[in-house]
Amino acid sequence: MSEDRPHELVRVRDVTLQYKTPEHLVTATYKVSCTVKRGDRYVILGPSGCGKSTLLKAIGGFIRPVAGSIVVNGREVHGPGSDRMMVFQEFEQLMPWKTVLQNVMFPMRVSGKFKGEDARDRALAAIDKVSLTKFRDAYPHTLSGGMKMRVAIARAMAMEPDVLLMDEPFAALDALTRRRMQEELLALWDQLHFTVLFVTHSIEEAIVVGSRILILSPHPGRVRAELEAGALGYKDVDSAEFGALSKRIHSLLFGGEEIRTAAMTRHG
Amino acid sequence: MTVHHSTDRAAGVFVPLPRADFECDLVDASDIGDIQRKLPFWERLVNNDAARRFAVLAGFLLLWEGYALFLDNPLLFPRFSETFSILLQDLLDGKLIDRTLTSMQPLLIGYAGGIILAAILTTLAVSSRIGADLLSTLTAMFNPLPAIAVLPLALIWFGLGMPSLVFVIIHSVLWAVALNTLSGFRSVPETLRLSGKNCGLSGIRYVALLLIPAAFPAILAGLKIGWAFAWRTLIAAELVFGVSSRSGGLGWYIYEARSELDTARVFAGLLSVILIGLFVESVIFRAIEYRTIQRWGMEK
Repeated sequence: MSEDRPHELVRVRDVTLQYKTPEHLVTATYKVSCTVKRGDRYVILGPSGCGKSTLLKAIGGFIRPVAGSIVVNGREVHGPGSDRMMVFQEFEQLMPWKTVLQNVMFPMRVSGKFKGEDARDRALAAIDKVSLTKFRDAYPHTLSGGMKMRVAIARAMAMEPDVLLMDEPFAALDALTRRRMQEELLALWDQLHFTVLFVTHSIEEAIVVGSRILILSPHPGRVRAELEAGALGYKDVDSAEFGALSKRIHSLLFGGEEIRTAAMTRHG
Repeated sequence: MTVHHSTDRAAGVFVPLPRADFECDLVDASDIGDIQRKLPFWERLVNNDAARRFAVLAGFLLLWEGYALFLDNPLLFPRFSETFSILLQDLLDGKLIDRTLTSMQPLLIGYAGGIILAAILTTLAVSSRIGADLLSTLTAMFNPLPAIAVLPLALIWFGLGMPSLVFVIIHSVLWAVALNTLSGFRSVPETLRLSGKNCGLSGIRYVALLLIPAAFPAILAGLKIGWAFAWRTLIAAELVFGVSSRSGGLGWYIYEARSELDTARVFAGLLSVILIGLFVESVIFRAIEYRTIQRWGMEK
């Protein structure tokens, strides 16, 4: 599929996702379709219960869709794989029994994608990119939340995945650290232009981080809109455009017809 | 009172007036001296685990010696000094070492066998639902069954000697270790599991490279309990059929001393069991703990 559409990296087609609790069968998303292009900072935004994390996990291969298909880089997704590295919200994603360097090298070693000295050099370079060189021999429990998150990002980036999947990666951080991490992620993207799929429930974060925003509605998750947001960053937080986009997204998420039409006309 | 002017005093609502901003130079902190200072020797000694435990032990031994002196009946309660001299004597002529080595052989074989079987069963239990059902049913059935109660059956099946001992030791180790390991595996955070699978781990590599280190605190606790169970079972089993075994172990050493009414030697035998237990707990297991779960921050 990627042959005829070379820029399309992730293709999600009519994906319905369900998961079972001991008592219920829950439908998380219903017939969701979207396309992520190479180099996109693609944000999936929605209130809790819209299945955004479930959708990301399905792209990660942890959950199998009941209907529809997910294709990443021309290959149908059938299970987890290191071509789609995931960064989770929880700090527990790091292995406490490994140092920072060993953590970053772990996926390279077990997947066999990079070996020996090559793996070490790549890991060191990735650790340097997130400015943790001083802490490369530290164990995760001695690091702060922001540093742990940087290790997780370095670990994922070092694998050079087709797409980086981030599941509310900064939600557990304090506000100041979160903002710094967002800026660092953007700076990293400016250098490497990787493709990232980013799940969040913060409108501001979606506009700042994303170049393209997919808005899902809850119960079950369905596509509500897909918006362009590439030009806006932290420097524009006070601008009229930022405010208008933020209002538009707000109304798309929570209804409110008047605000919506106002925002639409202003946006053209 | 006069300071707290309020605009709405009559309505009973307190609204503070705006106050002037201020910035100031930092207070000179040089009088406080070094910010990080060493505690006095006495306090550091009290904070040292080994020193405190040694003090407890010394107090206990003093109590023993004092009570035995007061009782003055070596047949019922020999003095510590007496016990210690017999322990030293038997240690020097090699008898005690010989007995200990005889006990160690089935102990280590049984302990290792129990751990290997527990590893197989728990791996099955985490990889399939039927394996989990199998393990939980077996554990529920056999964990409460005292190993010593299985001994008569072992004697019928394997006769007197090592195989019977190994069998009962495996029985006592297996369920404790399996139970702890399984509960450790179950408490591994979901994110860590997903993270491991994301790296491409599956099957036996997933268990070995992710679950085992992640569940190591629980596994180590299981290993400790298993070790204690193995020791108890071994000594008890030796006491039961040590009579007819040609070269007995520590249990047999104790049994022999009892039949000769050599109470000090009974105490010496018990003391060696305790000392070996202490050594394994506070040297071997402690070292493992220090190098693993403590360094990894899994235990404070």
